[in-house]
Order: sequence, then structure tokens, then C-alpha cells
Amino acid sequence: MADVSIKDVYKTFGKTEVIHGISCDIKDGEFIVILGPSGCGKSTLLRMVAGLEVITKGEIAINGAVVNDLEPADRDIAMVFQNYALYPHMSVYKNMAYGLKIRRMPKEEIEKRVHNAAKILEITEFLDRKPRQLSGGQRQRVAMGRCIVREPKVFLFDEPLSNLDAKLRVQMRLEIRRLQEDLKVTSIFVTHDQVEAMTLGDRLIVMDNGYAAQVGSPLEIYERPATRFVAGFIGSPGMNFLPVPLSADGQWAELPGAIRLPLQNGGIPSHGGQEVILGIRPEHCDLAGERAGMMHLKVDHVEILGADTLVYGHFGEDKARLTVRLPAMHPFEKNTILPLVVSSKNIHIFDKKSGKRIDK
Amino acid sequence: MEKRVVFKHKFLPYLLVAPQIAITLVFFIWPASQAVYQSVLQEDPFGLSSTFVGLANFVYIFTDEIYLHSIYVTAVFSLLVAVIAMSISLLLAAMADRVIKGATGYKTLIIWPYAVAPAVAGVLWYFLFNPTVGIIALYMKILGYEWNHSLNGGQAMFLVIIAAAWRQISYNFLFFLAGLQAIPKPFIEAAAIDGASPLKRFWTITFPLLSPTAFFLIVMNIVYAFFDTFGVIHVITDGGPNNATNIMVYKVYHDGFLGLDLGGSAAQSVVLMIIVISLTVIQFRYIERKVNY
Amino acid sequence: MVEHRPWLTFLTHAVLISGMLLLIFPIYVTFVASSHSLDEITSNFSLLPGSHLVENYSRALNVGPRDVGATVGTMMLNSLIMALGITIGKIAISLTSAYAVVYFKFRFRMFFFWMIFITLMLPVEVRILPTYEVAADLKILDSYSGLIFPLIASATATFLFRQFFMTVPDELCEAVKIDGGGPIRFFFDILLPMSRTSIAALFVILFIYGWNQYLWPLLITNDESYYTLLIGIKRMLDVGEGQAEWQIIMASTMLAMIPPVLVVIFMQKQFVKGMTETEK
Repeated sequence: MADVSIKDVYKTFGKTEVIHGISCDIKDGEFIVILGPSGCGKSTLLRMVAGLEVITKGEIAINGAVVNDLEPADRDIAMVFQNYALYPHMSVYKNMAYGLKIRRMPKEEIEKRVHNAAKILEITEFLDRKPRQLSGGQRQRVAMGRCIVREPKVFLFDEPLSNLDAKLRVQMRLEIRRLQEDLKVTSIFVTHDQVEAMTLGDRLIVMDNGYAAQVGSPLEIYERPATRFVAGFIGSPGMNFLPVPLSADGQWAELPGAIRLPLQNGGIPSHGGQEVILGIRPEHCDLAGERAGMMHLKVDHVEILGADTLVYGHFGEDKARLTVRLPAMHPFEKNTILPLVVSSKNIHIFDKKSGKRIDK
Repeated sequence: MEKRVVFKHKFLPYLLVAPQIAITLVFFIWPASQAVYQSVLQEDPFGLSSTFVGLANFVYIFTDEIYLHSIYVTAVFSLLVAVIAMSISLLLAAMADRVIKGATGYKTLIIWPYAVAPAVAGVLWYFLFNPTVGIIALYMKILGYEWNHSLNGGQAMFLVIIAAAWRQISYNFLFFLAGLQAIPKPFIEAAAIDGASPLKRFWTITFPLLSPTAFFLIVMNIVYAFFDTFGVIHVITDGGPNNATNIMVYKVYHDGFLGLDLGGSAAQSVVLMIIVISLTVIQFRYIERKVNY
Repeated sequence: MVEHRPWLTFLTHAVLISGMLLLIFPIYVTFVASSHSLDEITSNFSLLPGSHLVENYSRALNVGPRDVGATVGTMMLNSLIMALGITIGKIAISLTSAYAVVYFKFRFRMFFFWMIFITLMLPVEVRILPTYEVAADLKILDSYSGLIFPLIASATATFLFRQFFMTVPDELCEAVKIDGGGPIRFFFDILLPMSRTSIAALFVILFIYGWNQYLWPLLITNDESYYTLLIGIKRMLDVGEGQAEWQIIMASTMLAMIPPVLVVIFMQKQFVKGMTETEK
């Protein structure tokens, strides 16, 4: 049980800076997910917490004590690797006991902890087997068992579900969450899968090219993404982005097809007359019904998923593309014109150059 | 080439590497440099002093009839050993590749002669061809052919070549068989459907695909014939009769140890060094290409 | 095999069997000779085994040949010590060197690496005199150290292990770090057990290499009690005008062949693996 504080952390490899000033205070017992695409530095950040990478600048502290110069073994952390890193020639029992054996724990204590963890993870029957005799999901559980027996201050997960098939991934996701809630250990979980992030995390750190684009709860990140990157990363299919000009006074945006969309909360006077990026999620477009809609979407392509339908189309003279998610099944024909309406409160406006959110 | 995880210990790596480096320095680098050094010196007859003579030793050996003859002998020897060993082993490997039943049995029985030392191979064949008790020599006498390899240089050469090649057949067999088995069957089958006879298939499809292995083996066989066959020569012929089987590596030993000609022997060693380095470089250059194949 | 022509199958087997016989014939003759008395060999040679097998071998092992002052038993022991010494020595120092070069960052790392690499290009045959001088200076002529140490520094084993270590996932090392282990633990608890198959393969190859050493033992041993088996056999042949004791020689030759051959036959898989891997 511990809190983890990441203060202004930078990482440089040779001459290249890959992590630029990330800060986050993780509370005791929290489940934090570091989310981002490949190469954004999320694993590097995790490995700095673990002590597998040197912290170039900044501080990481566990329970108030700065750990920058501590070896991984002395930080009292445990880690689940993407490929599980189980010792291939040792039995499951020995794999789990290894860390405790090094720390010279008495044999009875080791036995107690291993059997306990095995029971929680339902792997007691595998204790004598070698890793190569186990399936992917079982190996994963052994990897977690290795962490549990250590009773560390922090659990670290480095994309542990990436190597599992889709169905197993969903199942393990629930197990990990359940486990963490039972054990109440502070956990940092790295993934590129936004579904995992949204369902597992108490809070997310969304990373973009070494920067922390946004830190917040899943709901916050969904409803008020701080940058265009975050907005586009969360949600599937991703948010629609349209470059639109604002009115001179910044009170409304002009959509393709000369449709004027009023902006809430006083608009954006600072960007009056400029072009901005307007974001609208596919699920926030509705069919207009009988009265005239705001936008007239020409259907290009329809994907019927059963519970809902994805409609791909374009509107306006510039043929701005839009993806719309509608509930229930709508087998529209190509080139049908759909009247769509959007609500001002579901609009996101981003600065065209910086990508930062500019509406309130 | 680089591992991501490294330990940062200061002294441990030096400790770990020390034994090998120590032995390498003492028994490799130092003697090798000594050989080069000695090759440009000439010791006086009493071994008391030595004078720097530049390349005189090299000039001497390259104008020495016996040395030139030994170069010739070595070249002929290694070529014949390579050709004989490789062709027989290729035939056996091609046959072994075709049988499904008993393949492992054949493989075991053909591979194990490799375990026999070249010197022992020399003893075996020497016994077979010994003029007084050799069973093959005796049969030859019955057929009217007088065999005495201690008198006849050609016969001596023949004998050592057989002894050296005999053992290499196993080695080559192993690699040829592996190479053949690595050729995907679809290639052969496609050719068969196209109407090619087994022999034609072999030459137009199998052999070209086997050429990396073949090339590798040529280099290895030449290295073997140059260096590992000392035992064969020493056991059977001692370089004779009349230098007929005086291969270069044997001459180095003979001149250096028995003749006590340090400068000449050192110069010969240097020549051998250059040869082996070139062969190794060829092998590595080629291996790199083989891996990218 | 694509076609199913019976005569082709027959031909195939015929060729293979002839090849096998060609390879086995010399050894068979040797075996037969080792079971006859000397008179039988010199006068009337038959291709069938004789009745003096036990007598010949026990005489060779316990009494030794007439012209060499050591028993074959002693010489076999010397060969065994030399072979095992070389094998174990090479494996041990190559393991540690490869470990250092792969898993540590230290100054001179590349320098040491290339130095070890150079040894690949210098078999003992190209430096016999100077190496002999070094051994003489170190006073290890006529000793087990002299037989073993000069031969244990070759690079093939180091490269084999290095290649293997490169394929070990980094995560295992990181897991050990997190579990609290340092480099020594990682080496003994994880790396070494995982290297078992490579070590076994190398063991076979190196044992055969060590057992079959000829040139170096020839140079470095003068004292007959340190003769290795192969050198002893050669000495037995060198009788000049006298009568060579063929039955003893053949018995000794059989004894010289048996250990490496047994190793190849019973550890064939490791042998093949070792061959194909060390030649890369």
C-alpha cells in the first residue's frame, strides 16, 4: 500500500529526449492506467518507476521516499511483463517462490504465501508444472501470482493482456480488476488498448509522444478531452474532426453546407474569425426526425453491427467526411440523404495548431 | 548486438573475462607475435644471438625447392581430399535423403567415423596397406601389383589421401544431409510434375540450392586438409618418402622441432597464418551471406 | 522421393550400404586384428575374429607395449584427463566470457571481444614453436597443465554461448532484478540452467576434439608416463627394423576409438546440434 508520486520526470536516450516532464500523484490503492499508442513512452515511464530505466531528470517517490537511486529489488515493487518472463526451467511453484527465496524468507512463510496466491488465482493444480505446459492465460496468472506473493507496495503491469486472444483478454481484464479491488494494492497498468484503459482505470494518463496529454478519470477524458490527440484516441470509432471557421465574434461555428452551429458558454471570442478543429463523436449525431436537420449526410457506406449501425458519409461541397453511430439497425442505401442533428453541448473545439482544447 | 538490459557492475565483468583473456594472451597472442617476430630473425648456430634479417627468411623458403614442393604437395593433397570426400558424401547424403525407413540407422552408422582422430584414421589405413601385414597390400600382391608406400611416393600420397578423406566423408555427409533436408519438398515436386527425371532434378534444382552448403564445406575441407591432417602424415609417412607427402604444416613441425631451424620454421608459420586468416575471412564473409539467404 | 520405382529404392539402399561398409571396413579389420596373436597377424591373416581378444587387451592395458614405457591403461587415463580438462576448461571460461561480453557494459568490452575473435583464426598448428617455448618457460612441459591449458582458449565456444545468450529474453533478466537478484544469481539460477542443451552439445564436440589431440601432446610430452594414447600408438609403430607388435597396436587403436565413438553414438542429437551450431 503506497502512494506513488511522479514529479516532472524526463528521460533521455543518448541525445534524444523521449519523456518530457510528466507529473502525476497516484494515491494509495489507486489503479492508474498509462494509455497511449506504440512508441509514446508509456513503457519507458513504467520502467522508470520500476527502476529498470534510469530517471534522467525529476523525481519518483514511493510513500514519500525518493527512489531514483534505488535498485528495482529495493523499491518493493512487483511487475507483470508483457511476455510474462516466467523462468522456463522452474516449476510454477518455484517461479513464484524465487523472489522470496532470494530475500531469505523462511520456508514455511514462502509456502503459505504461494499457496494462498495460488488459491486466489485458481492455479493450485498447476504448481508442479513447468511454464511451457501452460496456456497463455494460465501463464499470465502465474506471472500475477509471482507479484502477489511478494506483497509489494506497487503492482506494475506492462501490457500484460496484449498476447492473449480477444475473449481471454476480456476475461483476464475482469480478473485483474477484481484482484486489485480485493488486495487494494496501488497499481500502474500500461496499455495501448483504450477499452482496457477505460474499464480498468480509476484514472488514466494519456500519453502522446512522451508528453502526458491528459490525466483524469475515464469519464473526464471521454467528456472533456484536453487535446485533439486524446479526443481521437478514445472512442471507437474515433471522434470526427472538421476544420471549420468561427464567426468573427467567436459565437458560432460554420459547418460545411453553410450550417451555423452556436457555441455554448460564451463561445470562443479569442479565436474569432479563425479556423478551428471541431470534434463530434459518432455516437453524438442523431437522426433529425421530421423537422429539418442541421446537416444532410450523403451515405457512402453502412456497417450494420446488430446493436447499432455505423454510417459513413460526407456532407457539404467539400465532401467533409463524417462517421455516425446510430442505435438499432438502419439498412440505408448508398447515396441516401440523412438529416442529422447535433447538440452544442457535445461539441469539442480544438486549436488548429496546438491541438489543445479551447472551448469551455 | 546490444542487449537492452545490462548490469552496471564495475569489476565483475573483468573478473569474468579474465581467464579467457589471460590464456589467450599467454598461449595465443604472445606466441603468434613471437612467430612473426622470429620470422624476421636469424639465429646464429649456437642460439646465442639473433640478427634482424628482414624478409630474408621468407625469400629463403620461397626459393627453397623443398618448400615449394611442399606447397605443391599441400595443394594437391587438399584438393584431392576435398573432392573425394565431398563427392562420396554427397552421393551418400543424396541417397540417405531419399530413404524414409532406416534413415536414422544409416545416419548413425555413417556419422560416427568423425569421432575417429585423424591420427587414428592414419593408423587404420596404414595397417590395411602395410607392405608386410596389410590385408589390402597382400591382396594387391596376389594380383601382381607391388605395394610399398614407403618407397613409392605416389602410393604414399594415395594412402594419406584416402586416410584423410575417409574421415571427412562423415563430416561432409552430416552437413549435406542437413542441407538436403532443408530444401522444401514443393520445389522437387514441382520439378517432377514439370517432367524432370530424378537426375535432372538433382542437377538443376537440388544442387544449386545446396551450393551454400557445398561452398561452406569446400572451405572447411581445405582447412581440415591443411591443418588437421598432421596426424595422418606423421603416423603414416613422416612426410616421405622423399618429401612426397610433406605438407606444409608437417614441414613447419619438421623444420622447427627436428631441424631446429627457428627462422625458417617461423617464416613458414607466418605463411600458414596468412593462409588460415584468409580462409577464415572468406568463411565469415560467406557465412554472412548464407544467413541472409 | 517422388517416384516409386522399386529398383531405384534398391539402388539407393545398395549405395548406402556400400558407403557404410567402406566406412566401417577399416575398423572391422582393426578389431579383428586386435583379437589375434602377433603370429597369426603376420603369417596368415583371416577376416574373422580370433581368440586372443582378452589376452591382447589386458596385456595392453596392464603391461603395456614392449617399446613404450607406459601401459595403455595409463595412456588412456592421460587422454581422458586431457580431454575432460580441455572440455570442462573451455566450457567454463567461455561461459563466463560470453556472459561478461553480453550482459555487461564495460570499457574494453569490444576490445576483448575482438581479441577472443582473433583466436578463431589461429589454430595451434600455426604457432607450435613459440607456444612450446611459452610452455617450456612456464615449466609445464610433461604435465597435465601443459596438455590442457594451451588448448582451452578457443573462441568457438564463446561465440556459441554469446549467440545463445542473445536469444534469451531481456524480460527474464529484468524479472530477476525485480525479484531481488543480482548478476551472479541471474547467471547461476537462470542462465546456466537454460544453457543446458548448448553445454551438452559443446561437451560432445569438445570431448572429441580434446581426446583426438595429436600435434600438441606430441610436442609437449617427452616423459612416457604423460603420453596420451594417440602418441603412444604412434610410438608403437616407430619400431624401425624391429617387429611391430601389431596385436597390441590394434588393441590400443580400438581403445583409442571407443570413447569418442560411444559419445557420438549415444549423444548423437547433441553431437549434430553442436556441429551445426559451432560452424556458424
